[in-house]
Amino acid sequence: MYAFDFHRPATLRQANSLIGKVEDAKILAGGQTLLPTMKQRLASPAAVIDLSGVPELVGIEQKGRNLVIGAMTSHAEVASSALVRELLPGLAALAGGIGDPHVRHKGTIGGSIANNDPAADYPAGLLALGATIVTNRRKIPAGEFFTGMFSTALDEGEIITKVIVPTGGKFAYAKFRNPASRYAMVGVAVGKKGSSVVVAVTGAGSDGVFRWAEAEAALGKRFNAKSLEGVTNPPAKDLNSDIHASAEYRSHLIGVMARRAVTAATAK
Amino acid sequence: MPKVSMTVNGKRVSADVEGRTLLVQFLREHQRLTGTHVGCDTSQCGACVVHVDGRAIKACTTLALSCEGANVTTIEGLANGTELHPMQAAFRTHHGLQCGFCTPGMIMAAIDMVNRLGYDLSEETIRHELEGNICRCTGYHNIVKAIQAGAAAMGGMKVAAE
Repeated sequence: MYAFDFHRPATLRQANSLIGKVEDAKILAGGQTLLPTMKQRLASPAAVIDLSGVPELVGIEQKGRNLVIGAMTSHAEVASSALVRELLPGLAALAGGIGDPHVRHKGTIGGSIANNDPAADYPAGLLALGATIVTNRRKIPAGEFFTGMFSTALDEGEIITKVIVPTGGKFAYAKFRNPASRYAMVGVAVGKKGSSVVVAVTGAGSDGVFRWAEAEAALGKRFNAKSLEGVTNPPAKDLNSDIHASAEYRSHLIGVMARRAVTAATAK
Repeated sequence: MPKVSMTVNGKRVSADVEGRTLLVQFLREHQRLTGTHVGCDTSQCGACVVHVDGRAIKACTTLALSCEGANVTTIEGLANGTELHPMQAAFRTHHGLQCGFCTPGMIMAAIDMVNRLGYDLSEETIRHELEGNICRCTGYHNIVKAIQAGAAAMGGMKVAAE
């Protein structure tokens, strides 16, 4: 890692002021992606602003029909939260499947979505759930937040503070994990709220998470895994091909994972 | 250089470190606690696992300065004098190691497993929970046996203390 200046604000107000003042600063959440990236010198910010000392960014609470999850809440906390397990068991399962136990103790929901790795789990999950991302400046619907591979709607100096997740619908996430990295080779999140269905695919798209419109239309008529029979999988030409899987295999896996996700969502 | 202070194995320690100093470097190079190992340095192998505020984390993927005020336990902090921690003893009894390089991380991960999931761990649970720890010698069989026995022994110690 190249040397950098380190800042650890104790409040969100301090963090806001630092991010406006310090040049070429990167926000450090759980660090489970940023630190390895900096070690590889793929990122070399002049300064790091560590949010791990800001307690107001951690926690999970129920507000009306929503769950509100603080940006610095770890994957382990989401996975083991009694509230999440009761109201959104599919989201608890998603968080419990990220990385390994030690990574889940450090990695955070805010860090994961700010990074928007094309094979990360949360982007697909939050898209399918119709979540809202709250920053220090505004509220951004998940549908507008994820704008491409490693790219989000966040502006310079914008800090994610919490994520609002609606409850009461149906939701499940199924992923085919790369056995070494545990990232999704293909992951499909399916969410149903009223008559609206969202099918979000991660790990496969050449430009990050995307929605699978044909599957949404079929599931909108009848929310059952059988409805996906006859729906053509997203074409391989739009998908990633790498040492882990060919685009054709990923296309096939999207159909399999979608059926598994719908089966899991309807089982509850 | 900024100064960092934390409690390591019950002792208050502090040192001047760089922003980029990793927790594992702080422990090994500043505190001379070399039981915590660096296997891969890419957050894959788990040889560097320590407990920070009671939770297992990878010390190679944590900045020392992020641990200001934290309570850190390393492999050196487990034994009571010459008496091994029950999880350490179980690894010895069940020969849960060959070269021993991954062992400190395995034992810290195993104790974290017990802290979260209790004393009665199934083989399946242990194998699943060991995803973040890599061993290149043993094929894991004896590690799994050791963790199962160590967890039960920790439970037995708790009962005996009550």
